[in-house]
Amino acid sequence: MNSISRRKFLKISGFTVGAAAAVSAISPVIKGAKKINKEKIKGIQKIPTYCDICFWKCGAIAYLKDGKLWKIEGHPEDPLSKGRLCPRGTGGIGAYSDPDRLRSPLIRTRERGKEEWKEVTWGEAFDYIAEKMNKIKAQYGPEAVAFFAHGIGGNFLKHTLNAFGTQNISAPSFAQCRGPRDVGFELTFGDAIGSPERTDIENSKCLVLIGSHLGENMHNSQVQEFATAVQKDATIIVVDPRFSVAASKAKYYLPIKPGTDTALLLAWMNVIVSEKLYDVDYVTKFGFGFEQFAAEISQYTPEWAYPETGIDPELIRTTARVMSQHKPATLIHPGRHTTWYGDDTQRSRAIALLNALMGSWGRKGGFFFPTKFSIPGYPYPAYPEPAKPKVDNPNKKYPFASEEITTGVRDATITGKPYPIKSWFVYATNLMNALPNEEETIKAIQNLDLMVVVDVIPSEIAGWADVVLPESIYLERYDDLHSSPFKEQFLGIRQPVVDSPNDQKPNWWIAKKLAEKLGLGNYYPWNDIEEYLDFRLKKIGMSLEEMKKKGIIHGNKAPIYFEEGIVPEFATPSGKIEFYSPQLAEAGFDPVPKYKRPEQPPSGYFRLLFGRAPVHSFSRTQSNRILMDMMEENEIWVNEDVANRFGLKNAQHVRLKNQDGVVSNKIKVKITERIRPDCVYMVHGFGHNSKMLKGAFGKGASDAQLITKYKTDPLMGGTAMNVNFVTFEMEA
Amino acid sequence: MARYGMVIDTKKCVGCMDCVVACKTENNVPEGHNRDWIVTVVNGKFPTVNLEIQSQRCNHCDNTPCVACCPTGASHVHEVGKVVLVEHNMCIGCKACLAACPYDARFINPEGYADKCTFCIHRVEKGELPACVSVCPTHCMSFGDLDDPNSEVSRLIASRKNHQLIPEAGTQPRIFYLT
Repeated sequence: MNSISRRKFLKISGFTVGAAAAVSAISPVIKGAKKINKEKIKGIQKIPTYCDICFWKCGAIAYLKDGKLWKIEGHPEDPLSKGRLCPRGTGGIGAYSDPDRLRSPLIRTRERGKEEWKEVTWGEAFDYIAEKMNKIKAQYGPEAVAFFAHGIGGNFLKHTLNAFGTQNISAPSFAQCRGPRDVGFELTFGDAIGSPERTDIENSKCLVLIGSHLGENMHNSQVQEFATAVQKDATIIVVDPRFSVAASKAKYYLPIKPGTDTALLLAWMNVIVSEKLYDVDYVTKFGFGFEQFAAEISQYTPEWAYPETGIDPELIRTTARVMSQHKPATLIHPGRHTTWYGDDTQRSRAIALLNALMGSWGRKGGFFFPTKFSIPGYPYPAYPEPAKPKVDNPNKKYPFASEEITTGVRDATITGKPYPIKSWFVYATNLMNALPNEEETIKAIQNLDLMVVVDVIPSEIAGWADVVLPESIYLERYDDLHSSPFKEQFLGIRQPVVDSPNDQKPNWWIAKKLAEKLGLGNYYPWNDIEEYLDFRLKKIGMSLEEMKKKGIIHGNKAPIYFEEGIVPEFATPSGKIEFYSPQLAEAGFDPVPKYKRPEQPPSGYFRLLFGRAPVHSFSRTQSNRILMDMMEENEIWVNEDVANRFGLKNAQHVRLKNQDGVVSNKIKVKITERIRPDCVYMVHGFGHNSKMLKGAFGKGASDAQLITKYKTDPLMGGTAMNVNFVTFEMEA
Repeated sequence: MARYGMVIDTKKCVGCMDCVVACKTENNVPEGHNRDWIVTVVNGKFPTVNLEIQSQRCNHCDNTPCVACCPTGASHVHEVGKVVLVEHNMCIGCKACLAACPYDARFINPEGYADKCTFCIHRVEKGELPACVSVCPTHCMSFGDLDDPNSEVSRLIASRKNHQLIPEAGTQPRIFYLT
């Protein structure tokens, strides 16, 4: 059904070659200028841009030496990087020379997932896609097309698909990552944490990290601020089943039993309330339902928490008192990847409430109020009115979901309810590694009439596509203007530094060409992105030419703390900080967080925990040869006593088998005193099985493959993944 | 004349390897090789663990076995900052210096010569910091003249507890780790 005859291809490509020629005729000056300016110039050229190796979008300066890409450094004017990129950003040039990059558009020639392709022209690819999309639209409506995207590069494709008539657009960054945290804080303070996090780490006098492994998790500004806090002798308290790098900087390390964080949080709040160590003025002025909250948590003594968490009651008391001594500059970090055990929104709410007791929301050294550079958008025609509501959360099954749920779209694709989803577009997110339970993802894909992946490398999800479109990497393209909500206002531009080596194209071009093919050309009134960017920049009295030279411009100084004049306002139903949440009670949930004991591993099994390494982003950088040189495989961290019990040797290879009998790729054992004996740990993103990723193929194991089980957060639909257990299978 | 050295604050270092990556791109270090690297020293029994992360490289020693053993004079002490360098054209790739170095700081470049950290002398001579120092997101590294008592490195060594690597080798290494 998805095949197309060779004859038809020839006919179509004849037509599209003409179209492509017309396209390049529009912008010969730009293309020519690029070559003349960069390749012929001897010596050093510096070109400002912003990074794309993770989503932090640090300002950067790329260096060309004799017209060839040499290195990339932080942009000194950028408030995110402050002139210093993280190791991934510094190694970003490896994305350019990655020999495993996608080179030209591909259409699959065998059944899905077999990774057999034929190279086609862009015209052929667009014809194929547009024909399928129009068929789907005619039969099921435009809503039957869903889009999964990660990062700013997805903006233009989103625009095209919105214009096509679908609103089913989601990202794993909500239901597989930061969703519970943002909802937990929204329920409490009426506002989310956002990205970059609104955490004022550098001014914090007491920083509490619960499972957050800053330093291994390399979000640039946060790590820089963490190092500043360490230098300024802030008291650091780390709660983690693993002795993380951050734990090594801590004054107090709490080696908690996995899954029991809420018990610890309740006990801390019990101490702080019973000893009246909280910010009484702040709570009185801004708090709602404090009496009910206080009555509820009076039962959760440190002695109650001890058998759950394994943390000495005296250590719980001491750390609670230390936190209180430094308030309001006590920051209990909300974390980022927070989909752990299935009651994650309630745990995040407990973190929010502990911060509320410290009075840290809105205060220096706590949570600041971000400010953002304001620039008008491009005046596009209005999108078509949606005929159907979004598919991901029917009848508000998850009443507090504040963004779209990827796994809800996946469910709808499998069941056809509330209505069928017949096409997936996937931009720069490796869904096979991002979503739990690979089998369900494959089941959903098999129900599709069209699956399109746009990416720079052949990730596992590309292996399941019908059409793969190769995107230029960030150093080869323009993108949309970038302004993050942060401590100061700034605007950044991404611009091409080098030409794409093969037939890769920038996302804006792909999105515009597809729109034109679908008869939606009126949604792209501009001829090329330089015109678009210049139009927007002129609205603020700038020009593209000037912006390309500066890379980053600054906006007005704005207050970011209550102390600086921010008016304390809380967008909750009561207009206050909700210690007791009537809206949760009304919806049938606990109005004050309760602790639920997590399921324990069967004998001989260990809870599988996963996290980040500073030199890789998700499963997207393992084939970057510079970063591969830093870390080419992951290891399974095993406590020394456990290793002795199982007769494991350091650096030997084992396979991991989970509770459902799924066996991993082989992985190297790291025997260490840095982890509890009831869990094991690995860095996420390795164990690639895409045959096209030649460099990364088969190196290390994939945690995602072992995450067959997940628990869905009933408040917002987040999929908790730390609920899988593994044992060791020896390599013969 | 200056005597360049480095001071690295292990309290701030998170072992992110940015120093390693920056060296690689700055100096075009070939795939599979690095001029600097991270060592993590773990002591204790869970949960009472101590961790020290060290960004390591050539120590640009005052007493240089790598220079003493070089049969061609390729390994030498540079007049600027007493930095230990290898003259690629003179090196025959005999590996004597690799064997002599107690820090395992050298490797044979695929082009046939002994390769190692230069303290980014090409940058330092222009008034810039070595690439590893200038990139570090935690600002844990300092570089400067150990003979100048007012330099940042001298002040840090005087005021903070510190150690060198394998001092018993007698090479008088010029990288100091603050603890």
